[in-house]
Amino acid sequence: MTETKAKAWRNDAVAKVTGRAKYADDYKFYGMLHVVPVYTDAVSAEIHAIHTDEAARMPGVVRIVTAKDVPGNPVYGQIQKDYRILADDRIRMEGDVIALVVAESRAQALEAAKLVKADLSPLPAIFDPEEAAKDGAFLIHPEKGTNIINHHKVRTGDAEEAFKHCDIILNEVFQTQHQEHAYIEPESSVADPGDDGVIRIYGSMQHPFVARRFSACVLGEPLSNIDVLTIPVGGGFGGKDDTAAIVAARAALCARLTDRPCKLTYAREWSMKESYKRHPYKVYYKMGLTKDGKIQACDVTVYADGGAYCSVTPWVTFRSTAQCCGPYVVPNVHCDIYGVHTNNVFTGAFRGFGSPQINYVVEQMVEKAAEALGMDEIEFRRLNCVKQGSTTVTLQKLDNHKVSLEQVLDTTLEKIGYYEKRKHNTYGKLNDNGEYYGVGIAMSYRGMSLGAEGPDFCAAIINAQFDGSIIIETGIHENGQGSESAMILTAAEYLGVKRERIRYHRSSTSTIPDSGTTVASRGTIMGTSAVVLAATKLKEQMSRCLAPELDCPPEDVVFANDCLTAPNGKSLTWDQAVLKMFFLREHPFAQDTFRVRDGIDCSWDEETGHGKAYFTWVYGCQAAEIAINPKTGKIRLINAAATHDVGKAVNPPFVIGQINGGMAQGFGYGTMEDLGIKDGRISNLNLGKYKIPKANELPDFIVTLVENYDPMSKSGAKGIGEPALELMAPAVANAIAHATGKRYQSLPMIIPPEK
Amino acid sequence: MEITVNGTKHIVDDSRQDDELLNWLREDLNLTGTKNGCHVGICGACVVLIDGKPMRACRRLLKHADGKEVTTIEGLKGKDGALHPLQQAFVDCGAVQCGYCIPGMIMSGHALLLQNHHPSRDEIRKAISNNLCRCTGYVQIVDAIESAGNAYDENA
Repeated sequence: MTETKAKAWRNDAVAKVTGRAKYADDYKFYGMLHVVPVYTDAVSAEIHAIHTDEAARMPGVVRIVTAKDVPGNPVYGQIQKDYRILADDRIRMEGDVIALVVAESRAQALEAAKLVKADLSPLPAIFDPEEAAKDGAFLIHPEKGTNIINHHKVRTGDAEEAFKHCDIILNEVFQTQHQEHAYIEPESSVADPGDDGVIRIYGSMQHPFVARRFSACVLGEPLSNIDVLTIPVGGGFGGKDDTAAIVAARAALCARLTDRPCKLTYAREWSMKESYKRHPYKVYYKMGLTKDGKIQACDVTVYADGGAYCSVTPWVTFRSTAQCCGPYVVPNVHCDIYGVHTNNVFTGAFRGFGSPQINYVVEQMVEKAAEALGMDEIEFRRLNCVKQGSTTVTLQKLDNHKVSLEQVLDTTLEKIGYYEKRKHNTYGKLNDNGEYYGVGIAMSYRGMSLGAEGPDFCAAIINAQFDGSIIIETGIHENGQGSESAMILTAAEYLGVKRERIRYHRSSTSTIPDSGTTVASRGTIMGTSAVVLAATKLKEQMSRCLAPELDCPPEDVVFANDCLTAPNGKSLTWDQAVLKMFFLREHPFAQDTFRVRDGIDCSWDEETGHGKAYFTWVYGCQAAEIAINPKTGKIRLINAAATHDVGKAVNPPFVIGQINGGMAQGFGYGTMEDLGIKDGRISNLNLGKYKIPKANELPDFIVTLVENYDPMSKSGAKGIGEPALELMAPAVANAIAHATGKRYQSLPMIIPPEK
Repeated sequence: MEITVNGTKHIVDDSRQDDELLNWLREDLNLTGTKNGCHVGICGACVVLIDGKPMRACRRLLKHADGKEVTTIEGLKGKDGALHPLQQAFVDCGAVQCGYCIPGMIMSGHALLLQNHHPSRDEIRKAISNNLCRCTGYVQIVDAIESAGNAYDENA
């Protein structure tokens, strides 16, 4: 266990504190044009015509682009091809874009955009996913024949029979809300058409490869014609996957059509209107218990609001399915999770990815269960939670890594002082301060990376230069989390060289093989594993070439302290070694790929919901101590603690930083964040009305890292981005219940002021 | 109009009185360190100092800066080309993640430390309460501002 206050280091910090770091909107090119999207005022409508003539005559306007101008296929999607780069048949959500105005200046484009008009006739609309899932409901995409995007199941044991033998059965309903990512940098992309026929894209995104795929699809050109370069990103949190790809593809489209560089920078209001959100879930949860304190059965039905487009709804809801009972052993499970289209804003990837909703429900259900049984809420968790060798609800045996759930639970209880503090829980009676007071916890396990969602593999390249410097890159994207620094530190450790030798080359989609998206807390585990494999390959090459010089068998060469050393005491400095490689006509260059093996590491049966959902897991526990002012209903977070098993903390200050930030986002999710969406229209379109936690609304957090080296990762390290977010809302929910004596079963939890 | 930015005087035509300061800094002076996050004066990514006071450049017009001294993140410098001590503190405390809020955050922190070299953590949290950060949960940012106070004593 480590608690670190060491001086922090990351490779991009100096650029970011001096203002030198260039984000997408900071790029300018000679002759650059500005692009502005055009929205309608409809939520669900048929499009008859789009009128652009008047706008096209405005000063500075170079071109107005509609769907008919798209040279390739205007329809794309990572899973289901249902997203139109520009709407031409229907408006399916408030944020649909019908045209792009391209002008010499942004001001001119904004003026002209007001004059683009559409002839629309209203269509019915549907906003409740449960209603939308029914037969006969208005269809958002008639060609699909249903609004149901996907239906995931778990069929383990015999839940129906098991409920008959239970002593206590709980039946509860929960509702969660849309959550906006609220990255401080709105989406932006600049596309520069090169004289070599390649369009280079400088954009704010976390999945450059999907930006390339989407752009190539829309342009009808090969992937090799599009080069998406890595630049600093002002926050992603899952939100700069598909949405950012749409922005990049639109910029690329305008650049190809005008043959000039084009910049598309979103205003905050456009970003919030159009970008996908976290899925709202309606959850029906039935739990059966026996008097001995065991959970015997769960029946779970979820309607997830996918909004107008599929995006990654099937993957988000897959995680909810695999983790539908939280970190508890339940022998009989019947689970149905539906992703459903509505005319609401679409939903997709958001840090947590289907787990924050489930954890919010499960961690309240276990406390209700303990209460119904008359048991201590911690002892109930301890009795039912997964342990070394336990079997998950999808029949995966947890035996390939250390199951540390009780370790993180015990640490969090101690750090927050749970047993002492809970004596002061007020359960609805004001304390001496005239406040309600409560302490609560929540814990989880989380499958690492993509799991059985899809192919999961990542590339790394190490290119040692003849002057001793080293260039590395990976298929993982720097979203602000510090991935590049983690890769540099890993390469330095495994090559036995000083970190100062290593420069991280900002990858482009033309230099590094497509390694998928940087989401799912997969950056560290996939990227550092690939770096370790590439470093191992490079060392094998150098040992083979230089063993004669060192007078020892290649396998005996040791790489440490900037030297290659033989057991006989002979050694070469790193500088000497790479120079000798030059004269041997050998490039010290290695590429390798870390692969999650299909069917061996991960597997899944859609009908039964059985399989190894994820190749390894992480464990976390968070606690919240709150006070509620009865007059205002305001929830004050007094203290919060978090303990997470990260396998190995590669760069501890930034592991802690991830946890701090995740807790803040989780607190916002639990207590304040709300789009104010009604009939498909979002009323809180900027950060004034859409509240996220401010510095004076949060305490210092008590963060503890647990490091159980994970043999499934080549570096031992796992991930932390999402586990950090997914526990604060349920911990606060439990604290609120302990403070007020009431359960708040919908998000955000707003406590009504007392009169 | 005469506007001084980071020590350099700029003569600006009076016809531009009602132009927005943020846009002018970014587009005319290429000082892109000052960021646009919300454009309505909420997020604080565009905070600059005008005569030492933290101001949102997206809510200020050029006439508001006429005859005044504007300091942006590019104007914050340490001795002999080193980082300014507050910038160095942000690096050392691990206060930087995506970095987009950081220029505004540093300018708000700098304005506070100019007035009060040793603020309490609560005072720091209050001073940056109009600078939104979505990555860090603010803890390490507060650490950074707190730890830089001694350098302000030395420069006083």
